[in-house]
Amino acid sequence: MGMTMTEKILARGSGRESVRPGDLILAKVDFAMGHDLTIPPAGKIMREQMGAEKIWDPDRVAVTQDHFQPAKDAASATLGRLTREFSHQMGVKWYFEVGQGGICHTVLPEHGLVLPGELVVGADSHSCTYGALNNFATGIGSTDLACVLALGELWFRVPETLKFVYHNRLQEWVEAKDLILYVIGKIGVDGARSKAMEHVGEALKYIDMEARLTITNMAIEAGAKNGILEFDEVTREYLEDRAKRPYTPVSSDPDAEYEKVFEFDAAAVELGVAKPMSPDNYAPLSEVEGTRLDQVFIGSCTNSRITDLRRAAAVLEGHKVADGVRLIITPSSHQVAIQAEREGLIGTFLAAGAAWTTATCGACLGGHMGVLGEGEVCLSTTNRNFPGRMGHPKAMVYLSNAAVAAASAVTGVITHPREVLKKMPAGIA
Amino acid sequence: MTLPKVIRGRAWKFGANIDTDQIIPAKYAIYSLDEKELGKHAMEGVPGREGWAAQVQPGDILVADSNFGCGSSREIAPVAIRGAGISLVIADSYARIFFRNAINMGYPIMQSPQAAEAVEDGDELEVDLEEGVIRNFTKGDEYRSEAFPKFMNELLKMGGLVPWVRQRLQERRVAAAR
Repeated sequence: MGMTMTEKILARGSGRESVRPGDLILAKVDFAMGHDLTIPPAGKIMREQMGAEKIWDPDRVAVTQDHFQPAKDAASATLGRLTREFSHQMGVKWYFEVGQGGICHTVLPEHGLVLPGELVVGADSHSCTYGALNNFATGIGSTDLACVLALGELWFRVPETLKFVYHNRLQEWVEAKDLILYVIGKIGVDGARSKAMEHVGEALKYIDMEARLTITNMAIEAGAKNGILEFDEVTREYLEDRAKRPYTPVSSDPDAEYEKVFEFDAAAVELGVAKPMSPDNYAPLSEVEGTRLDQVFIGSCTNSRITDLRRAAAVLEGHKVADGVRLIITPSSHQVAIQAEREGLIGTFLAAGAAWTTATCGACLGGHMGVLGEGEVCLSTTNRNFPGRMGHPKAMVYLSNAAVAAASAVTGVITHPREVLKKMPAGIA
Repeated sequence: MTLPKVIRGRAWKFGANIDTDQIIPAKYAIYSLDEKELGKHAMEGVPGREGWAAQVQPGDILVADSNFGCGSSREIAPVAIRGAGISLVIADSYARIFFRNAINMGYPIMQSPQAAEAVEDGDELEVDLEEGVIRNFTKGDEYRSEAFPKFMNELLKMGGLVPWVRQRLQERRVAAAR
């Protein structure tokens, strides 16, 4: 019997010839990540309760200061200090200070730290993002992370795999975000609960690595354990000057078993949003056009990489943010910010009247720099819009891609980008 | 910390897809190392349940519909519920990271679609953790919980992942000293 990519990685990690869905295994971890909200409890549990004095492999751990950093208040400063001290005391090789890293899920891929065929865990639910690079990556809690830091291994239940096949190509204006929102709308926020989402098909061949990261990023929004893509030329090129270790890609066997196969015509997917108050509350853009907004947020590990910012800038060029609306743009990493500066994008944002911030999770989780008040309506390029996610429980959040967000900031209501820009310039479309 | 055999308490009933930001809004993550403070704000993000934590009596039981604890990986979600005084969570189903976190903490949770469907807010429950039986004194009903894989039950019984890691570290130290 053949195995899926996910099963192959878990079999290798557990030192077995093969694994089946439902097996409980103990597996070696290739890379682990924690941040300023999850390292302090993990470090405390590891040292004080588990009695471990050092971490299993300082070269295979990354720590980012991204959630409430730069510190939003005195208590966050303490969490930042504990994170910093633990990382230095343990000799963590891949420690990213404020102003040097950014959001973990952008930083790890861009530094070539999470690679094909690997078993990766992160103490953050969106750690599933890394699977676009053909690895098994999943989110874990702080006790889990403490276990991995102490031992380099962790227990897993081998997931059933759901296969998603995307035929044909996405149409003009339609992005990876629209596709994944559409899929989550079809299967629901628990549609892939504890399962693997394997994404394949022609449509994925034509999209770049940043767009692919958007697709796997939102696996958790369908309840999945991990999202994973095949290795191809796009993956190889992306990793060419980045990969920090040699790697071995994996592919699913032709006779691998899937719990279910979903087939989609990518050419039929329209621009879309998730309406309040759940990521599976999908609607085609046409249904919500004209919805009045108080805030537009372009940020997060989902859609604030350089390609997102290029598209946002193309839309905003020569325009102003509408009266009564505020546009906040938060790059997802320091490298993204440097690149945006080189390309002149920041000048476009500032001239349009946008607030440009340092790289951080910030407003996405209602942390700082854009928290919503009671009754406010926000269009956001982020991943989650459950009640209270970005601030007040009675704030309303719509999720979209970055071009829709930028166009909507110009008009003050939810707007198709073609109302503002005739055509997305070649090369960034 | 070993688990009690029987838990008795009042049921607090919640709906489906209650995510971690409703269980404990992210702004309280600054109290990540303070279970008591987290407990004061448990379930505060659920519309209509403001002030809930102050009404909880030690030993009470939280019952929820499907996909309980979806969203973030933050372990402060089960920590906040425990901090509020809830002795046991019963749900139709759990989001995986919440489920892992609870088991790893040695915090008792049960999966029972029967109980999730039948139990109403305020019902008096008695739960036999070993037998997996939930008795509803208010309604005179009885529900079964679904069995967990053996390894998870062992983790729960030994008090979670911490003692398991301690044991494994000790084995490695012994092996290294040989």
